[in-house]
Amino acid sequence: MLKSRIIPCLDVKDGRVVKGVSFVDLIDAGDPVQAAKAYDAAGADELTFLDITASSDNRSIIFDVIKETAEHCFMPVTVGGGVREVADVRKLLNSGADKVAMNTAAINRPELVKEAADKFGNQCIVVAMDAKKVSADNEPDRWELFTHGGREKTGIEVGEFARKVTALGAGEILLTSMDQDGQKNGYDLALTRYVADSVRVPVIASGGVGNLDHLVDGIKLGGAGAVLAASIFHFGTFTIGEAKQHMHDAGIAVRLD
Amino acid sequence: MTSNLVTIIDYGSGNLHSVAKAFERAVRDANLDIQIEVTSSADRVAQADKIVLPGVGAFADCRKGLDAVDGMVDALEENVIQKGRPFLGICVGTQLMAQRGLEKETTNGLGWIKGDVIEIMPDDPKLKIPQIGWNTIDLVGEKNKDHPLFNGIKTGPEGSHAYFVHSYHIAANENEIIATTNYGGPVTAIVGRDNIIGTQFHPEKSQKLGLAFITNFLKWKP
Repeated sequence: MLKSRIIPCLDVKDGRVVKGVSFVDLIDAGDPVQAAKAYDAAGADELTFLDITASSDNRSIIFDVIKETAEHCFMPVTVGGGVREVADVRKLLNSGADKVAMNTAAINRPELVKEAADKFGNQCIVVAMDAKKVSADNEPDRWELFTHGGREKTGIEVGEFARKVTALGAGEILLTSMDQDGQKNGYDLALTRYVADSVRVPVIASGGVGNLDHLVDGIKLGGAGAVLAASIFHFGTFTIGEAKQHMHDAGIAVRLD
Repeated sequence: MTSNLVTIIDYGSGNLHSVAKAFERAVRDANLDIQIEVTSSADRVAQADKIVLPGVGAFADCRKGLDAVDGMVDALEENVIQKGRPFLGICVGTQLMAQRGLEKETTNGLGWIKGDVIEIMPDDPKLKIPQIGWNTIDLVGEKNKDHPLFNGIKTGPEGSHAYFVHSYHIAANENEIIATTNYGGPVTAIVGRDNIIGTQFHPEKSQKLGLAFITNFLKWKP
């Protein structure tokens, strides 16, 4: 049977891992390729790179990072950040990415999802959604998409958008709760469940992991096919192996080989 | 005699770099006397001892890409079907061996394997499409249970995992299905006959299982 996935996520800026990775003795904690190799060896099921490079001068560095990663790591890699057109998707896939995540571009021009899916197949197009709860406590839950790191409101309802982009050809949703991100209180499970139930494609839960039970909850209660986390792995709070064992003990099928 | 030229066909498909790197690694680790060459030249493919057709993308687009390379389909027919040189398809490269692809539009395949490429239909509506992630491999039937490409690889529900990322598979005849994976019922994982084999999963992304499988292909003498 298909196993639930654990995905460490590396934020990369100007070719360097933001905040660094310290769970193993890396010679250079900011080198994304070294971090990727360490996660490959640790048994991560996939790796996600989010390129947050702001300067257009340094936009092309990510291609070299992906190329070098693919020389050493024979594991699936998703890359997001700065994807604006079909040519960007092609370049990332050619560099060695297996899936490409688009975020703001899919909101600004949803047809990009269709153009890319028609060309490369639905299976490699991920739409990354940054969601925030906008309903008051006494109202029914409502989440909307935000851009620019949660600063800009779009007014777009998440379930509606998820259905729209999957109809256009998105093969997976990377769903981040901007309310939970960095809080270490766990995923927004109601949000995750809501989106997972809205679409047929797998949902990756993201934002808020502080302990291993949160990963279990993301799968069991959130209905996610994969759980993404950053800091708990990067700073060595838990290893990938510990996370998998914990999920296995909770009755979730994971890959242990 | 060892095969010495393995060509990986470049027809504009996305994952060439990863495939080439995995093959180079397998050659190095197993100390094989094999040259790996990524090429869009039909002549090189015609001269190759083994041929790999990778593929990421939509079926129709990949077929168009293959047809756009001058003489490539003829070189494949000649070297693989007539001369019987070992051939490995990967993902859409595998699907292209079928008679027709039904993804987005109907497109003719190479017709080497009987059957159409259709959307997977898990019997459990809770299972997501595409299938994305790691799944185990079940070799089908008595004749495949010691398949040389799975030498040293543990199969079955407790076995090693391969990485899948797909919405479609070949609905092949039973005699040409070498392995399946369980995703709400059997999904085609490997098809083949004689000197031809193709995986729905990505060996170049399947860590240990993948490198072992690639090494076995490089040593394969069908």
